[in-house]
Amino acid sequence: MAVWFTRSGNVARHLKRNMGFLGKLNHSFLGFHQRNSSLVSPIDESYRNAVVVLNNAMALFSVRCSESTLAEAQRDSRYDEHENQILDFPGGQVTFTSEMRFISESPEKRTKCYQVLDDNGRPILGTSFQPLSKEFAVRMYSNMVTLQTMDTIFYEAQRQGRISFYVTSNGEEAINIASAAALTFDDVVLPQYREPGVLLWRGFTLQEFANQCFGNKGDNGKGRQMPIHYGSKKLNYFTVSSTIATQLPQAVGAAYSLKMDSKDACVITYFGDGGTSEGDFHAALNFAAVMGAPVIFICRNNGWAISTPTSEQFRSDGIVVRGQAYGVRSIRVDGNDALAVYTAVQTAREMAISEHRPILIEALTYRVGHHSTSDDSTKYRPVDEIEHWRMARDPVTRFRKWVEWNGWWSDEDESELRSSARKQILHAIQVAEKVEKPPLSDLFTDVYDHLPSNLLEQERLLRETIKRHPQDYPPEVPM
Amino acid sequence: MLGIIKQKARCGVFPSSTVGQTLQRVRLSLFALRNYSTAPKEMTVREALNSALDEEMSADPKVFLMGEEVGEYQGAYKISKGLLEKYGPDRVFDTPITEAGFTGIGVGAAYYGLRPVIEFMTFNFSMQAIDHIINSAAKSNYMSAGQISVPIVFRGPNGAAAGVGAQHSQCYAAWYGSCPGLKVLAPYSSGDARGLLKAAIRDPDPVVFLENELLYGESFPVSAEALDSSFCLPIGKAKIEQEGKDVTITAFSKMVGYSLQAADILAKEGISAEVINLRSIRPLDRSTINASVRKTNRLVTVEEGFPQHGVGAEICASVIEESFGYLDAPVERIAGADVPMPYAANLERMAVPQVEDIVRAAKRACYRSAPMAATA
Repeated sequence: MAVWFTRSGNVARHLKRNMGFLGKLNHSFLGFHQRNSSLVSPIDESYRNAVVVLNNAMALFSVRCSESTLAEAQRDSRYDEHENQILDFPGGQVTFTSEMRFISESPEKRTKCYQVLDDNGRPILGTSFQPLSKEFAVRMYSNMVTLQTMDTIFYEAQRQGRISFYVTSNGEEAINIASAAALTFDDVVLPQYREPGVLLWRGFTLQEFANQCFGNKGDNGKGRQMPIHYGSKKLNYFTVSSTIATQLPQAVGAAYSLKMDSKDACVITYFGDGGTSEGDFHAALNFAAVMGAPVIFICRNNGWAISTPTSEQFRSDGIVVRGQAYGVRSIRVDGNDALAVYTAVQTAREMAISEHRPILIEALTYRVGHHSTSDDSTKYRPVDEIEHWRMARDPVTRFRKWVEWNGWWSDEDESELRSSARKQILHAIQVAEKVEKPPLSDLFTDVYDHLPSNLLEQERLLRETIKRHPQDYPPEVPM
Repeated sequence: MLGIIKQKARCGVFPSSTVGQTLQRVRLSLFALRNYSTAPKEMTVREALNSALDEEMSADPKVFLMGEEVGEYQGAYKISKGLLEKYGPDRVFDTPITEAGFTGIGVGAAYYGLRPVIEFMTFNFSMQAIDHIINSAAKSNYMSAGQISVPIVFRGPNGAAAGVGAQHSQCYAAWYGSCPGLKVLAPYSSGDARGLLKAAIRDPDPVVFLENELLYGESFPVSAEALDSSFCLPIGKAKIEQEGKDVTITAFSKMVGYSLQAADILAKEGISAEVINLRSIRPLDRSTINASVRKTNRLVTVEEGFPQHGVGAEICASVIEESFGYLDAPVERIAGADVPMPYAANLERMAVPQVEDIVRAAKRACYRSAPMAATA
């Protein structure tokens, strides 16, 4: 065997001198011969046969040029412990393989999903999760119920024509509340638009929600935006912006700033399955990994982007598999399981802050409601599918079962909470409807830090015009 | 006195680029020279920008620079030379190639409270990030009712260079100038570059800072005041580079230099032109422009960008709204040709305003109301 090897080496050296590129053989070809000689005809002493073998081999494998000469390669090249050759390329060392194999476009098995509670609200045997106190669990549950009730009533209000627009989070109450509960108030939130529960958890009052939807004087957004575009500097929740996925690179920038300040806080940003198709998603994850930004990316994979199902949105195994492509640690969780979401987000937060890295969490769930009040989803998906998820897979009911099982909740508590929440929300809407709209001056402020002269001028002209033609202007706009 | 100083300037006492500096500065410098003290300090625009960045970064640890090639490569046009070495990779950040990405990240950092300076290799590439500039930066303070301020600066070369073709030569002054929430600046000289960049970095609003590649290497004298690290020029004030009484010529960036050369040629023919360096596209210094037009009664607007909906169109509308009665001739607009920039050198030259175009326009503005000899 050794004789054969040497002879092949001689042949190779001879070829290298005479045959240009064909003479540049790499080691693995010879290695291949050693290990898999059954695949080619046995080599005899003649040069011509060796050439035939070499030619056959060329047809089977791409020729790779090596820096070192063949003789040197035989003696000096590195091997790992399994006798696989290692070579340096920009980006680090890679092991060569002589087997040409494409990585499949889809894995054999989809990435597993972390779950704590089964559909009946019982902890799954052997599952680990973060324990909760009674107060905390009840607080989480109350918030989920309040969110659910708020969504129902505001949706109805829009249908009655009292507000112009609304977006529900039906089916995603667990993601909203449980993720918020796992964070501190110092953690900065950059939402998409289906996460009002995070604000609710942090103390945004029902009246404040109503004020924003009605765009009245009490709105801390000064009536500048459409309904559901909430924001609160005090609660570290960045104002909702309608553009999709733009908050992702912004979140990375904010996280980078937190890192530079060495704060014990991270950034959390939410987006849907559709948002991952945006270029900003790619830039954000790539950058976050390169910069080591402490940011948690939470994808609410609810199956639908308005009428586009995930099967038409991407062909990957959901979003979680993309994390590794960018060098981002990732996990898939059951988004309708409040305890799973809570545990995952809390762990992610620790990792993000202590290790200065981004984390990607894919929360699988279902968008029970329509995309918004401008959508009728029965037009593109079956009604019984929607009903199945609304009833049998409701995250609020599931968590309720767990809280009840612990002896922390009763039916009386339930009816009390629901009727109280309903009353409060209806009252908030009634009040908000009657509050004055923002004053005229709010049309011109905040364009810049200070009011520039041209806007002062425009405001003055507008006031003069209104005074001269009051019948042309709405009466309820305070001057 | 002006004649003597100008003559001395042309005789090579000062390099030719000083022609057109204000009377004041030239007089002072000449005086200094006569007294055998040191000649006025000269600085290229590149050095001016570099020193401004350096000083602002040193004064405020929240300021950081981000963009392609700004660090190791010392800046695609060497504007950020030496900064990586001085401030480290945390504050001079080389980004992957994604304008949308790093612009969004810069805006996010500004939301949180840092003061990023985002460099675009040219503003043509800012189009890939324009959603973040407009929808994330410009409008955020308004949409959030003052809760989210965005103290960010977007800077880079704007407009035509030399032989770089259609996708590298567009001027974005009009595009960004139309957007409320942004401030848009266009420096001309080194003094402008220093003062305006420092003002932009200190400003709490998002600022688009339009530089010019061909001006980077040009040298201008800078006063001692401009060299001071606290030097700052006001945003929204134009500068009258040269006073005149017959016709007003407005320009910004490279076209200021061309306008000053045109003013020289016009002076020889007895037309005294007042050249206004706009410095600030948004807010536009309408009062200076209108005051000048009320004095000279004629206006020529000059810009490199496309004519339709350009900066000149806005200036013309403003003058007609406020000073219509003072105009003795229709407003003349000089702009780039209404075509994507061609590459061939001769075609490129014809697609961009030249000094002769400005001279002819000024003459038209001056002779328009004069009676034609033939009709007498």
